[in-house]
Amino acid sequence: MAEFDITSTTRDGMGPHGTQVGLLRVLGPAHVWALGVGIVLVGEYMGWNFAVGKGGAYAALIACWLAGILYSCVAMIDSEVTSTVAAAGGQYTQAKHIVGPLMAFNVGLYLVFAYTMLEAANAITAGYLISEVARLTGYDGTLDQRPFIVLVIVFLAWLNYRGVLATLTFNLVITAVAFVAILVLFVSTTGLLAPSMMQHAALMEGPAALPYGWIGVLAAMHFGLWFYLGIEGTTQAAEEVRSPARALPFGTLAGIMTLLIAATLTWYICVGLIPWEFLGDGVNGSVAPLFDAARLTGMQPLVVLLGVGTLFATLASANGCINDASRAWFAMGRDKYLPGWFGAVHPKYRTPYRSIIFLVPIALAFALKAPLDQVVTFSILSGLLEYTFMPINMILFRRKWPMHTIKRGYEHPFHPIPSLALLALCAVTFFAVFLGYGTQLVAMIVFYIVASLWFHFWRYRFVARAAQFTMPWPKPRGY
Amino acid sequence: MSFWNWMEYAAWGLSALLGGYIVIDWIKTDATYDEEVLTSSREGELEAMVEEHHG
Repeated sequence: MAEFDITSTTRDGMGPHGTQVGLLRVLGPAHVWALGVGIVLVGEYMGWNFAVGKGGAYAALIACWLAGILYSCVAMIDSEVTSTVAAAGGQYTQAKHIVGPLMAFNVGLYLVFAYTMLEAANAITAGYLISEVARLTGYDGTLDQRPFIVLVIVFLAWLNYRGVLATLTFNLVITAVAFVAILVLFVSTTGLLAPSMMQHAALMEGPAALPYGWIGVLAAMHFGLWFYLGIEGTTQAAEEVRSPARALPFGTLAGIMTLLIAATLTWYICVGLIPWEFLGDGVNGSVAPLFDAARLTGMQPLVVLLGVGTLFATLASANGCINDASRAWFAMGRDKYLPGWFGAVHPKYRTPYRSIIFLVPIALAFALKAPLDQVVTFSILSGLLEYTFMPINMILFRRKWPMHTIKRGYEHPFHPIPSLALLALCAVTFFAVFLGYGTQLVAMIVFYIVASLWFHFWRYRFVARAAQFTMPWPKPRGY
Repeated sequence: MSFWNWMEYAAWGLSALLGGYIVIDWIKTDATYDEEVLTSSREGELEAMVEEHHG
């Protein structure tokens, strides 16, 4: 299959005994599921409802399902490429092997920015939730949210520092609780266990159906991403799963199925209980719609369960983000795209400990100093740039290494339809983002252009050029 | 002082404790092991081992 000697000791990374301290392969498909769904599920608990504000309840549903198609394409593409390029760094490593160094550098930055910003946003949200708990339990002062924001980031960084198995087992438990809370709310409010409380017909009649017409549907697309944003993070576990070819596709595809169910149930529950004007205002109206829906039922156990679910979903997301951002940063350090110092692995805990530590103050700075909406917008924009890269990557992957030339853990069906669908949906979403956040979009693109120039004219001279291509693959077709 | 004021102090204290643990362990680890060992991780280890096994 390979045309070179894979046991060569002169090819960095190819010698079986080159690594003295590496990441630990201890994870299974359930951990992959917990990583992907854990990062995302907070989007069901809050944030998606801005889509209702942009275009009404039906617009939010259309956005939810269109984004669902987009992310199903992401999950299928990721499953194929990552089960074949099974190394830390996820899409960064894919880009390095399939497209080239400049693309890889940019994708690495997209990943680190998207996850670190999302981690900061989650910490801000956790601080807010704790202050709400204080208010609801009768505290009449103004709670200082900062110590709780700092504690969330430092505690989860500590957990990540101490080992990946405990980190993602913790994520598995709290993500499962958050998901089950949505199911319990659904069966308790829709007539399956108790009389139905749903008011869909009354709340969605007349102009409430599509208050801003089809342009509202387009504007809602931006926030439709919240239902699934982050599922692609499963790829970062590639170097720590016991069986990448099995666990990564299984965990990722089970994750997107879970999210499609959770997103649709969330929409159904919330628009059936909360008027769209209140639901769509995520700042002064419904900040945490599932929790608000539980409060509207008047059932105290449901209120507690959904309150716990909201907090757990927030923690799971921040936890997964620390895991993923540190793996991407570590992989870039290991290849000398960044200083090689970041490529260190803890000899006892077997985690990329310097990358974890380095990103803590950055997350703290954004969590304590930057406004939530800006932090989230930069996270989404970085994610969107990453999704635009994926179909190009997939098409090149199949072209350079057609089927049967290398062993794939999973082969996604209907190629190139998912890639083309993803590309088209990314174009629509870019336009939707430009309508609402044009300045931030331009600023973000300028930032990545400047970073690319720095990499091309300065940093690339330090990259271990021959050593970075480690997969035992034949030469790509056409080379 | 109310319960929530105590919680604020507890959160600051726990953050300092966990942060301190990370920093001390980081310094100890870097002082104990060679840089070459710590940064010896290489991509593609699994693939290389699988190929060798089957080869």
